Amino acid sequence: MSDETVLEVRDLHTHFFLRRGVVKAVDGVSFSVRRGEVLGLVGESGCGKSMTALSVMRLLPRGGARTVSGQVLLNGADLLTKSPREMRDIRGQTISMILQDPQTSLNPVFTIGDQLREAIVRRTGGNRSDVMREAVAALRHVDIAAPEQRIGQYPHQLSGGMKQRVVGAIAMSGHPEMLIADEPTTALDVTIQLQYLKLLKRLQRETGMAILFITHDFGVVARMCDRVAVMYAGRIVECGPVREVFEHPSHPYTQALIASVPKMTGTVERLYTIEGQPPSLMDLPVGCRFAPRCPHADERCLDTYPDSFLAGPGHTADCWRLA
Amino acid sequence: MTRYIVHRLLQGVVLLCMVAMIVFFLGRLTGNPVDLMLPEDATAEDRVAMIKALGLDGPLYQQFFIFVGKALHGDLGDSIRMREPAVDAFFSRLPNTLALIPWAILLAMGVGIPLGVLASLNRGNMIDRIAGIFAVLGIAIPGFFLGILLIFVFSVQLGWLPSGRMGGPEHYVLPVITLGAFLIAGFMRLVRSSMLEVMDSEYVKLARIKGLSEFVVIWKHCLRNALIPVLTLWGVFVGNLITGAIITETVFAWPGIGRLTYEAVIYRDFPLLQAVIILKSMLILSINLAVDILYAYVDPRIRLA
Repeated sequence: MSDETVLEVRDLHTHFFLRRGVVKAVDGVSFSVRRGEVLGLVGESGCGKSMTALSVMRLLPRGGARTVSGQVLLNGADLLTKSPREMRDIRGQTISMILQDPQTSLNPVFTIGDQLREAIVRRTGGNRSDVMREAVAALRHVDIAAPEQRIGQYPHQLSGGMKQRVVGAIAMSGHPEMLIADEPTTALDVTIQLQYLKLLKRLQRETGMAILFITHDFGVVARMCDRVAVMYAGRIVECGPVREVFEHPSHPYTQALIASVPKMTGTVERLYTIEGQPPSLMDLPVGCRFAPRCPHADERCLDTYPDSFLAGPGHTADCWRLA
Repeated sequence: MTRYIVHRLLQGVVLLCMVAMIVFFLGRLTGNPVDLMLPEDATAEDRVAMIKALGLDGPLYQQFFIFVGKALHGDLGDSIRMREPAVDAFFSRLPNTLALIPWAILLAMGVGIPLGVLASLNRGNMIDRIAGIFAVLGIAIPGFFLGILLIFVFSVQLGWLPSGRMGGPEHYVLPVITLGAFLIAGFMRLVRSSMLEVMDSEYVKLARIKGLSEFVVIWKHCLRNALIPVLTLWGVFVGNLITGAIITETVFAWPGIGRLTYEAVIYRDFPLLQAVIILKSMLILSINLAVDILYAYVDPRIRLA
């Protein structure tokens, strides 16, 4: 692993401007991913993980979503200042993404060969037989048996696990340096999940690409990631090497999350839960967003958002208790 | 597949029986054709003789069974007015209507589909609203009014185009516009709403992740999916055109089956009316079946069963 940073996100703010008010889905997110590194982004549903990913790709949904400030530096160049045309050349080639649900991420009326070839032609522009050969190779590369036959089939003729591998093949057909995987295994059967994770890990080692791995599953983080960033209510509250964060969680939210993962050892006890609800993203607290649910919160936590403090080697957390 | 087609054909037979019954009895509610045919000074004996000659004597149910019996042998009777087999009259006029319909569909799709896509891409702004007004007008203006308006402007005032009758290409322009106008709106609204649905889908997101141009994303990935519901309604649209042809052909004196239907009603030409309605129903049923089969080819997920 080199120290070269592929993707650096600085103070990213993405808001939804709705008639009812402004939803601050991403509110001051910063992180960086180095070449060959897998960064896990964990957090509960609705905390802004996917919006962070879509902001980076500049593929925010229509209807009021806008990145209002921040920087997204891909190999040092800010994607937020790129023209749509420049962005198209970057997407799929330098940075790519795997979506969550394989059932809906392939176009039902085109064969998987068609959809794969489109992506390959973007990179090579090559002639038909070359592209065809490369498409078959790409399918074989993601462990699809008999790719010559599969290539002529439609998405509904493939299983969920197979579809997600095809999505992977499409996403990686441009040999991206940076891949965003947005909960790629959430919609898969448990037995297939492990296969898919192994495949991703293998492809990552072979190509040396960096991965931003979005999940809500700590088990997956432990298996896949080098570092982990924990997100809560639109902000990253803790970030560090996976081992370090697991062994010394420093933000009360991370501590609570890890405590709520059921353990297979020891006596059976009640599952740990975090009291209360995350704050509304339309009406965020001025201070620490976790303060209303935090057992350690005091005056300062409610008044001022904490700075990032060093909690260990390469490990930071936004909590006043570390000051 | 064969089972499906056989099933549909049987359904069609049942439908045709109902159509035959309705048109037979409903037609006879309008009065007696003999009143329109005999001169004013005809005697009561002349009237009875005429009724007998046309087979309009005897109780209604008896007439109906004679009609059904003959129809099963492919004989739908002779036209009272034209004194030729009604079926022949229908088929001699059919090509003239079929010469009109494809152009009307082409016009409706050629204008309606791109307008629908444009409206969906500009949801909520000026272009969307103008397209919406266009659609409302297309649906709200009745064919007979639009036809007369077009004749007034382009034939009478400007003298650019003929006001009716069949002839060279210039004779087609006004009837095709009149016939296709309300379908433009149909295609536009349908394409707009299904485009909006498709544009938010994950596979469109993946197409953008691949770095495809916006043109390919919209006109290939989105439109192909958005056209599936449109195709379903194609059968209905063609049915609309065949019935809409009655007005258009009457306004433009176009010798097709629409005008023939109109004449059959006006002259109480019962055998002709029955034949025209039954044959038209058969035409619409077969077009619907063809569309459903075509549907399975466009959407690979559909397997007819």
